[in-house]
Amino acid sequence: MDFMVFQYPMISVQACLDGVLLGILFALIAYGMALQWGVMNIINIAQGDLVILGGYIAYFMYLYGIHPAWGVIVAPIIMYFVGVGLYKLVINKVVDRDLFISILATFGISILFMQLMNFAFGADVVLANSGYGTTFLFESAVVLPNSKIFSAFISILFAICLVIYMKKSKLGRAIRATAQNARAAKILGVDTEKVYAATFGINAALCGVAGALISITFTIHPYMGLPYTIRSFMIVIVAGLGNLPGVALSGMGLGVFEEFADYILGTEFRIGAVFLLLVLILVYRRFKLSRKREYLK
Amino acid sequence: MKINKIILSFISALALLLSTSVTSFAKVVGDKIILGSAISLTGKYSSNGVHTQNGYNMAVDRINSMGGVKVGGKTYKFEIIYYDDESNPKRAAQLAERLISQDGVEFMLGPYSSGLTKAIAPVTEKYGVPMVEANGASRSLFTKGYKYLFAVLAPANLYLDVAIRTAVELNGGKGVRIAQAFEQDAFSQDVRLGILDAAKETGSEIIIDDKLPKELNDMAATLVKVKQMKPDVLVVSGHTKGALTAVRQIAEMKVDVPMLAMTHCDAAKLSKQHGKNSQYALCASQWHKTLTYKDDFFKDGMTYAADFTKEFGYDPPYQAAESSAALLVFKDAFERANSFDQKKVRDALAATNMQTFYGNIKFAPGGQNVDKPMVLFQVMCDGDGKCENKVVAPLKWASADLIHPIPKWSKR
Repeated sequence: MDFMVFQYPMISVQACLDGVLLGILFALIAYGMALQWGVMNIINIAQGDLVILGGYIAYFMYLYGIHPAWGVIVAPIIMYFVGVGLYKLVINKVVDRDLFISILATFGISILFMQLMNFAFGADVVLANSGYGTTFLFESAVVLPNSKIFSAFISILFAICLVIYMKKSKLGRAIRATAQNARAAKILGVDTEKVYAATFGINAALCGVAGALISITFTIHPYMGLPYTIRSFMIVIVAGLGNLPGVALSGMGLGVFEEFADYILGTEFRIGAVFLLLVLILVYRRFKLSRKREYLK
Repeated sequence: MKINKIILSFISALALLLSTSVTSFAKVVGDKIILGSAISLTGKYSSNGVHTQNGYNMAVDRINSMGGVKVGGKTYKFEIIYYDDESNPKRAAQLAERLISQDGVEFMLGPYSSGLTKAIAPVTEKYGVPMVEANGASRSLFTKGYKYLFAVLAPANLYLDVAIRTAVELNGGKGVRIAQAFEQDAFSQDVRLGILDAAKETGSEIIIDDKLPKELNDMAATLVKVKQMKPDVLVVSGHTKGALTAVRQIAEMKVDVPMLAMTHCDAAKLSKQHGKNSQYALCASQWHKTLTYKDDFFKDGMTYAADFTKEFGYDPPYQAAESSAALLVFKDAFERANSFDQKKVRDALAATNMQTFYGNIKFAPGGQNVDKPMVLFQVMCDGDGKCENKVVAPLKWASADLIHPIPKWSKR
């Protein structure tokens, strides 16, 4: 245990800001997960691997001399088609089945993606350098890499665009209708197959954006996807489906929680703390549900 | 009854056939000495696994083309059976079993990484199969009393020892304040133990002692502490991801520290991935091509590097060089033993005392190489951002002067 973070107030400020910026990025991935979970009732274990694949797209652009920030435009386009392809190949066969089958299927996809990425891109840890500088706050007591600020900004931008798209466009309305009641939507002439494919594609595209941003701010590696799946799963569980402000808030909360856990418990327990929190939340939710059930009786 | 008999005889015939085919595949076939190795061709160690394999293959070709191994007046050639261990310790142990009991291999070459070597060593020990390994540096490998394990590399606890000693020397012999961050795996924790020993001996103080997770990609918290506490030395060991993350975030957060010492810079292609931001980082290395060790097969480091690049199209990392050295050790031991008896070869290995292009090799009773110090190189960049690794310590091998302390970010 190390309580240095409370002894120096500026470190707390640093931890909060780092956490919020990180949390916004997590929220973007979680939003994709919430969207396809809500619409298709599928928990996508391969979420994190889609993120990493997006990161590799940005990395390869960087390798060929294109600024990796363009990855936030290119990666989602490519990933959209990867998502649709994945839907056509696998997901459409499990979409109406129970949750367990879909978890198994996406778990399989996750393993396959990891190995394929390892095969195609090698096992090296890589990163893309954006060359963005650093922002100093409070007489340089707090330092924020501009790459983190850039990621948070782009994440917010994409989230806003998506919300508007879901509200205004025809496809967006169809997606929302399907989420509410797939059968009713089908009867009223919504092509749910197409809606599902598009939803999975949009989710993959969001992962692509997040991946590109992660390659700029952190590092990527074929086997690094799972922590991102867990984080987004947790954010969605806390926020619930179809609740974007909730996703954003719980994302930021998770980010700040992680940063403080890092300072207090040590970096080695950072992911461990996330897992612990996940268990606690699940237990708490179950407890709350069982109380509700008793009440109904 | 009759049918049973037929089946029985058929099975026994088959068994006989199989057993003869196994023995015919053993250690020395015709003029070939067959070595076995489980190696990580897929999975998370696959890039270093391939470096290891390339190092082995390069040495096999070279030794074979330069006359092979002479035992009992006859000339033999090396051949290696490889199996992919998928970077998985359990699989590696299984494959070692298979190599020894099915393929009849009697001499083994090591896999990549301490973890996998640890998984294989009990198997080779059980069968009394001599193994020369080049990529398992964890101290715990050499404290178990293994009799058939020989490592051509310096043990992990010595990796960054020289960095602390250099820092103390530059501080006028007084102890320094050390901040350290290590991943929680066998290798990095051994490096950490080495630092603890060095700190104790030099009267240095450890002010930050962080552990890093396996999924490490953010060490901002450690670096914020470093900014606050201002240590004299920052030591980081967390494989390639540790080195890459540290350099990225030190540059982004403009952390000023007089000395930064790391492991795995080579494998991380630090200067290539980070350019000028990696400047002044000190890196522990088993080998560097500018060292002036010599042997008859590869001549010296520079020649080895040139030949390796010609064959495989990239500059050899130390993982490749040490793997090549393992074959030279085997050849030497076979010739001195003048026999293929496992025990005799084992004793010859234990008595090894030779120089290779990679360094001097002499094994302690535990199996580690005690005759080859680690070197430290520093990343140095010129005005155009072209970076090179130059050996700066120990002074005997230095090809450039150590730049110390690292200039502040505001002055770069």
